[in-house]
Amino acid sequence: MKLKSLILGVAATALASAGTLTAVQAEELYVPSLSYRTGPFAGGGIPFANGFADYLNMLNERDGGIGGIKIKVEECETGYNAQKGVECYEATKGKGALVYNPLSTGITLQLIPKAPVDKIPVLSMGYGLSAAGVGEKFPYTFTYPTGYWSQMSSILKYIDANGGLKGKKIGFIYLDAGYGREPIPLLEQLAPKLGFEWVGFPVAGKDMQNQGSQWLNVRKERPDWMIMWGWGAMNATAVKEAKKIRFPLDKFIGNWWSGAHADLDSVGDAGKGYLAANFSGIGMGFPALQDVKKHVVDAGKSQSDPDKVGDVLYNRGLFNAVIVAEAIAAAQKLTGKKNITGEDMRAGLEAFDLSDARLKELGLEGFTGAVKGSCKDHEGGGSVFIQQWNGNDWERVTDLIAPMTDIVGPLLEDAAAKYVSDKPDWKSQTCG
Amino acid sequence: MLHDIFINPFVDMASAPDFFVQLIWEGFVAGTLYALIALGFVLIYKASGVFNFAQGIMVVFAALTMVGLHALGIPAWIALFLTLGVMAILAIGIERVVLRPLVGQHDAILLMATIGLTLFLKGVGETVFGGEPKSMITEELGLPTGVTDFDILGGLVSLQHLDIAAVVIASLMVIALAIFFSKTRIGRALRAVADDHNAALSVGISLNQIWAIVWFAAGVVALVTGIMWGARSDVSFALEIIAFKALAVLILGGFTSIPGAIVGGLIIGIGEKLAEVYWGGLVGGGVEAWFAYVLALIFLLFRPQGLFGEKIIERV
Repeated sequence: MKLKSLILGVAATALASAGTLTAVQAEELYVPSLSYRTGPFAGGGIPFANGFADYLNMLNERDGGIGGIKIKVEECETGYNAQKGVECYEATKGKGALVYNPLSTGITLQLIPKAPVDKIPVLSMGYGLSAAGVGEKFPYTFTYPTGYWSQMSSILKYIDANGGLKGKKIGFIYLDAGYGREPIPLLEQLAPKLGFEWVGFPVAGKDMQNQGSQWLNVRKERPDWMIMWGWGAMNATAVKEAKKIRFPLDKFIGNWWSGAHADLDSVGDAGKGYLAANFSGIGMGFPALQDVKKHVVDAGKSQSDPDKVGDVLYNRGLFNAVIVAEAIAAAQKLTGKKNITGEDMRAGLEAFDLSDARLKELGLEGFTGAVKGSCKDHEGGGSVFIQQWNGNDWERVTDLIAPMTDIVGPLLEDAAAKYVSDKPDWKSQTCG
Repeated sequence: MLHDIFINPFVDMASAPDFFVQLIWEGFVAGTLYALIALGFVLIYKASGVFNFAQGIMVVFAALTMVGLHALGIPAWIALFLTLGVMAILAIGIERVVLRPLVGQHDAILLMATIGLTLFLKGVGETVFGGEPKSMITEELGLPTGVTDFDILGGLVSLQHLDIAAVVIASLMVIALAIFFSKTRIGRALRAVADDHNAALSVGISLNQIWAIVWFAAGVVALVTGIMWGARSDVSFALEIIAFKALAVLILGGFTSIPGAIVGGLIIGIGEKLAEVYWGGLVGGGVEAWFAYVLALIFLLFRPQGLFGEKIIERV
């Protein structure tokens, strides 16, 4: 009898504890962060993860969270490895995850089919799959503020405005992975349309720091401009190799993952003139950044080196967190609930509207261009600006350059239709 | 197609001889650096018959230690010598903690131990130095950074001083190691250990001492490799991956041969550049990523002991 009472008592306590635990879990907005602080791509992963966590933690410290509920950021180390990324997803999705930010096209590609099943959206902020910006075909995937194809079109517009594109030869050096190959279909389609020729120079992951052959080929091909889709250790090596063969660095443009302080600090003066696209502000000159510094960094609650706060990739991670926070707020407003689910978050992301006025309210005036999503548009049509390395720091050198939406839009629609064409059970949505 | 394989590349070589010379030089430099990495593997393999999986991470660890010490305000050359001290301590530690308890165990167990060592060094490195890439202290070490141009063969051939320095330093290191192995008492003892552990022990050779010396020598090679590769790009954990190209070099040259490592490194360094630039376009580029391994595979089929390796004779 005593034993029976004891077992019942233990069981009751366990159930009560579980209930309490569930209640505790429900009282937080759980945002997993698929980060990589180790491995060959850690140079990019670390500042990004720091910026992401610091902004959300700043909201906790300054505002008590979002809508009065604290945000819990939990990192899971992926090492930029798709398999580990999926493991992280599976390990965290049951904890009430609101949204996944994979920081890897390879991981995003794995999560795209899982998102509608688990009803947790994927925010592939500024990386692939480009076609996932088509909301009708990809209800659970978002690429705000803009996608790779749009970015490539903005870069081509910049080239066109600086000497013309017609008749030019464009060299494209890229990490030979899903991410790097992403804009190739666009280049293949745009080249005949816009009258330029392009030649590709793939760099294998294990040869990121060994690009001698690729740059000998560049010297042989003599392109007028070079565009780079690089990441991690590949970027600094490419700039050094370009300098070595005396390719004019002011005609060498990296994408937004190839233009960070982490990439050029080690190159220093030798990289002077190198250009890169960007969509997030540089430096600490924004009130929101000052709040992060005050509430998180100076309070010793950040993992970041204080000197790195405000660097390009730190601010990129911070901007990713801004999109998440704004979508959570939108979801709370739409549903009238403080505790939202992944499905509510998806609705919040579709209602995403980051206007210039809202950016000013957030203390991010001039940080980025306005981004507005919808049921149809999961990309947001964001613009990029071009920045240039002055030997010591990045300087913004252009206004925002809008993508060639009229050209890229239909191509994205075609790519999205092609993606789902061989998936009979794929769940699309109809937008009014 | 046949024209693109057998005619066009040679026409290209003949029509732009300056570019061809530049390419051969770049391949030669890369090959020398591959050979340097391969040397680290050869040293360990000669002494213990183990493929040291940790050689790549030792390159990163050594370079990071030196750069990290310099970041603390220690002058570059003192940081260099302190790093040598760290590599010596590491070698003694590996011998005491990892190798000594495994004497007489199967080679596969020793290989697994080096994989464990890789993970340990990676973890320690990332914890102590962080995962961000670091700049190599090239100028502080007095390494040259300029360039010399030659107006020859109707064009321009540029030689980076850093590349010249890499070739000179790697060559000196190879000569020093060759003399060490063939002319010194320790070198001869090491070769005895490589031939037969038990026989070497029976004639009074200290296995423990030899292993510690060899691991230290591999650590020195790793440091030099880290400095040269780091100066060309960055010191980051991505450097570890390059080290695996040395596996192909070893298969070509033979796991136990220092001249083999050099010849293998040069064949792969020059060969992959020729293949990428003149034939790469036929397959959409990216030849450099697999050239070395395909070549190694061909060698494994027809000459598994490599160019200079000892012939494999199994008594049955």
